[in-house]
Amino acid sequence: MDKFTKLTGIAAPMPLVNIDTDMIIPKQFLKTIARTGLGKNLFDEMRYTLDGAEIPEFVLNQPAWRKAEILIAGDNFGCGSSREHAPWALLDFGIRCVISTSFADIFYNNCFKNGILPIVMPQEVVDVLMDDARKGANARQTIDLEAQTVTTSDGRVFNFEIDSHRKHCLLNGLDDIGLTMEKATSIVEFEKKAQALRPWA
Amino acid sequence: MTARTLYDKIWDDHLVDQAEDGTCLLYIDRHLVHEVTSPQAFEGLRMTGRKVRAPAKTIAVPDHNVPTTLDRANAATMTEDSRIQVEALDKNAKDFGINYYPVSDIRQGIVHIVGPEQGWTLPGMTVVCGDSHTATHGAFGALAHGIGTSEVEHVLATQTLIQRKAKNFKVEITGSLRPGVTAKDITLSVIGATGTAGGTGYVIEYCGQAIRELSMEGRMTVCNMAIEGGARAGLIAPDEKTFAYCMGRPHAPKGAAWEAAVAYWKTLFSDDDAHWDKVITLKGEDIAPVVTWGTSPEDVLPITGTVPSPADFHGGKVEAVQRSLDYMGLTPGMKLSDIKIDTVFIGSCTNGRIEDLRAAAAILKGKKISVKRAMVVPGSGLVRAQAEEEGLAQIFIDAGFEWRLAGCSMCLAMNPDQLAPGERCAATSNRNFEGRQGRGGRTHLLSPAMAAAAAITGHLTDVRDVM
Repeated sequence: MDKFTKLTGIAAPMPLVNIDTDMIIPKQFLKTIARTGLGKNLFDEMRYTLDGAEIPEFVLNQPAWRKAEILIAGDNFGCGSSREHAPWALLDFGIRCVISTSFADIFYNNCFKNGILPIVMPQEVVDVLMDDARKGANARQTIDLEAQTVTTSDGRVFNFEIDSHRKHCLLNGLDDIGLTMEKATSIVEFEKKAQALRPWA
Repeated sequence: MTARTLYDKIWDDHLVDQAEDGTCLLYIDRHLVHEVTSPQAFEGLRMTGRKVRAPAKTIAVPDHNVPTTLDRANAATMTEDSRIQVEALDKNAKDFGINYYPVSDIRQGIVHIVGPEQGWTLPGMTVVCGDSHTATHGAFGALAHGIGTSEVEHVLATQTLIQRKAKNFKVEITGSLRPGVTAKDITLSVIGATGTAGGTGYVIEYCGQAIRELSMEGRMTVCNMAIEGGARAGLIAPDEKTFAYCMGRPHAPKGAAWEAAVAYWKTLFSDDDAHWDKVITLKGEDIAPVVTWGTSPEDVLPITGTVPSPADFHGGKVEAVQRSLDYMGLTPGMKLSDIKIDTVFIGSCTNGRIEDLRAAAAILKGKKISVKRAMVVPGSGLVRAQAEEEGLAQIFIDAGFEWRLAGCSMCLAMNPDQLAPGERCAATSNRNFEGRQGRGGRTHLLSPAMAAAAAITGHLTDVRDVM
């Protein structure tokens, strides 16, 4: 997993609420056995017509946001299916950070496993970031994970919360499985205890 | 000892490690696996030379991609990429030595129907699967939730999951349901009341008389859609109905082990003075047969209602409702019961169990469909066999339904069962998202009995009028 430390990039505004993972990556693209290559189908049904032509109104098809690395999104982003193909598609497109008032639980977890930083901000801050993002490609926002800040293109700074374990893993690009395997002794102890208490499990 | 909720108790009994910052390592009792969200996880194990830590606790079944037509034994019925995913699961199950129900096995079906049916899912367990509808298993008083593919790999390798504890949310349904009202109407009505993000950060426990009065099948329907309300999991405390359902299942404990298990399961309830972070109460008598009109499961109204207007909403929902109405081809003020239906789909992990088929067949008996297309997709091969034995299959066939083999089918339309653009479907599944059942397809969520009523009349219909 790539580290996430500091990012300065174009932010795309997507104010629609309840953007679900079926919208982010429709089911026909889940038939892959790889993690890569999904970026071209990110938001497929919002982004292309049935015959594959770009829909010019869609934000990521507009010249200002084609190279967006940050999404400013409406409430409850990533709801629905647990498909990790959603963060894979975002990452493959080049999105490294999503900011919203809330995220669905599984999507939120999945982001951290792929070096994407999801940031929860109150509505009034999301509104400011959304307006800033609407200015287009010259309005770059900066995300500083170490300092836990988002800075708008005109220098306004907002703090965000993140739990220390997830921050540590993102900053260092750490693999969860390796970290858990260091606790193998605790797992073995637990299994012995559970076998005595709940042998049927 | 301080009073605890059911969630607190299951959590405490599965805690392997807790770091100072509150990050926990939770032990997983059952890991269910299907073909769509697992190939990359197994590939990860191969690349790092890791093994499956507890193959005996890992159960795999292909369900999302598999065709449900009778000729599916012929591999040519699958597209190349679907076939590759199913074959990858065949190979991974064999290579890693995990429990497996291949397409050819009569026990094959939707993973969330197979788990309880085979007795893998038991009260007090932790159950995960790379599928958001894992919440279904909460009906047994098991802590069950969906995970992503990286977490699938983590559980395969370590039999644990890194978690932070969620908050406790009590959803109480008092009194009894009125005739024609089902578990599906409860769960949709709760989402209508809380919104799709209302459960975010919580584990829901459903309780109250109306929940107690539900069968295990009904309880599974309720918990199945906890995720559509944003909750990490849904739970229902186990009781005698739960024990009766589990007893004698192939992987349930037997003899003295059964007695010990039941004694433990009887401790699994929320203490009277347990702390709840959020509570809502609905009266069972007030719940009506409902349908969804929009493209979010929170867009739910009694069938007696009318299509709302964007002006009835505020904030970001105004734009979302306008977009929904455009997508759904509906105009504000239109009666929901005037909405014409092209297709009826009965099935899915929400409503593909025997009780669901009985409820639909009871409405359909001796009637004919007046929609273009109607299909029943049983949740498992065993549900299908039982429905045939009970004569339900013949009722569906006589009414004009297609009688299919088990799988996820048109719930998410990864196999050939899809809607065409503009095609309008009354579906017993769980998501009415844009494009969910096929690009441009329009989905109205409802109960199996309501789906049967719509099949007969050709429009959304109050089931109480055809009972």
